[in-house]
Amino acid sequence: MSLTDPIPDTLDLQIDQEEQDRARRRKVNRIAKWVLPLVVMAIALGLWQAVVTLNEIPHYILPGPVLVAETLVKDWPLLLEALLVTVQITLLALLIAVVGGVGLAVLFTQSRFVEMSFYPYAVILQVTPIVAIAPLIFIYVDSKLAGLLICAWIVAFFPVLSNTTLGLNSADHNLRDLYRIYGATRWQRLRFLQIPSALPYFLGGLRIAGGLALIGAVVAEYVAGTGGIGSGLAFTILEAGYRLNIPRMFAALFLIAATGVVIFACLSLLSHLLLHKWHESAVKPEE
Amino acid sequence: MAEPRPVILSMRAVDKVFGGDVVALRRLSLDVRDGDFISLLGPSGCGKSTALRLIAGLSHPTSGRIRWEGAGAQDDLGVVFQEPTLMPWATVANNVWLPLRLKGVRRAAARHDIMETLRLVGLENFADAYPRELSGGMKMRVSIARAMVTRPRLILMDEPFASLDEITRFKLNDDLLAMKQQLGCTVVFVTHSVFESVFLSNRIVIMAARPGRVIRELAIDAPYPRTEAFRGSLEYTAFTRAASQALHEAMGEAA
Repeated sequence: MSLTDPIPDTLDLQIDQEEQDRARRRKVNRIAKWVLPLVVMAIALGLWQAVVTLNEIPHYILPGPVLVAETLVKDWPLLLEALLVTVQITLLALLIAVVGGVGLAVLFTQSRFVEMSFYPYAVILQVTPIVAIAPLIFIYVDSKLAGLLICAWIVAFFPVLSNTTLGLNSADHNLRDLYRIYGATRWQRLRFLQIPSALPYFLGGLRIAGGLALIGAVVAEYVAGTGGIGSGLAFTILEAGYRLNIPRMFAALFLIAATGVVIFACLSLLSHLLLHKWHESAVKPEE
Repeated sequence: MAEPRPVILSMRAVDKVFGGDVVALRRLSLDVRDGDFISLLGPSGCGKSTALRLIAGLSHPTSGRIRWEGAGAQDDLGVVFQEPTLMPWATVANNVWLPLRLKGVRRAAARHDIMETLRLVGLENFADAYPRELSGGMKMRVSIARAMVTRPRLILMDEPFASLDEITRFKLNDDLLAMKQQLGCTVVFVTHSVFESVFLSNRIVIMAARPGRVIRELAIDAPYPRTEAFRGSLEYTAFTRAASQALHEAMGEAA
């Protein structure tokens, strides 16, 4: 017996076979991830259309998906205008939420007293339902745009604030010690250590805030309830409801959902771009 | 006998008490001389890490005093923790840059020192890699490079190799000695491994727990450079036996 018995070649073939199987499974998974939801959607839409057609349900009660799609095309100029208003308010509110949330979070970590003083109010603002605050805001704020912005901002800013605060405080303790040993200034510590540590947390908060800003904008518009020029998708839904224009309600609803999905996708992409080189969350597991 | 090397750090009757009644260190006195490789060896809870934190200025003695000899000497140190403690968002080179960056040295000006130090730890080809792409041993090398990039007089190491496998640990022990030789720095090294402490040190300070205190000091007067051959020598075996015995005494007293 020798210690260097050659490994039989058949094993190599076997490994190749296994490797191929694995590769095939990976490929199937990749395709299924896209195809399966699409199949589900196609089936659901087909069923919906069938139910509507077979039961002859009138379109002012439940329009079929075909009619909704037609309405989407036919009413496009009107819907686009409303969509742009909603998107504008959502993005502006998100921007202010980011600036305000991050700014306040940095202040919090710089001074315990600032945090002690203001954190409870941030929580109160967060836990009070926006629907309850919004009517008051519209009493005191003349500009409708400003009112909508404030509402959307109130809803969106808390996740940014709380996640960023958490992130700024969760820098590795040994690294903090290291910065102390090397006599780092407060600014250096913030810039080189705390902000990069907070980035994944902030991006997580941002993704939540993006969805919430849209919700805030829509809810506020329901509350504001005034139409006319410069009204968004929520008002389009209200108005179409009054006129029993159900297909338009569905079309506007579809656009709101699509906006939410696009915002989420954009923020996820941003997160991926910023983190994929180093953060564990962005690393694909090896199979 | 050669003239004794100058003392660069002296600790006299240092006590550290936490929360009023937990005595982490009792009457620690230690002179660190220029060029020393001192291991603080002892069971967990003997205050060896506390001693290191006191030297690093991360915590202050409850009583007693710690004195640095020479102006500005206090800032002249590097630290390696038990974990590599790298910044995951920064490349290897930027991690090593950190101590210089905090002193206001720009990247371009630091480049030479960074590359030189990476060469010293054998990672010059990994300057642009991110920490998560490296093995545990390589991360530790980056951590050591970061501590050495300012060419400090004193390097503090807190069980740096405790979580590495033995093969990697031996290799890093060899390399650490070579680096120390080349830089001529002084090292205070915390470990709970008898073998490691004997191989690396010229002085082993054996400590006991509850309360943390020094039991005795052992001189390992085998000449440097020490190589693989030293690990196989009778001398080495004798030293490890002596250190083990002293450590047993320390444990016995504590129990």
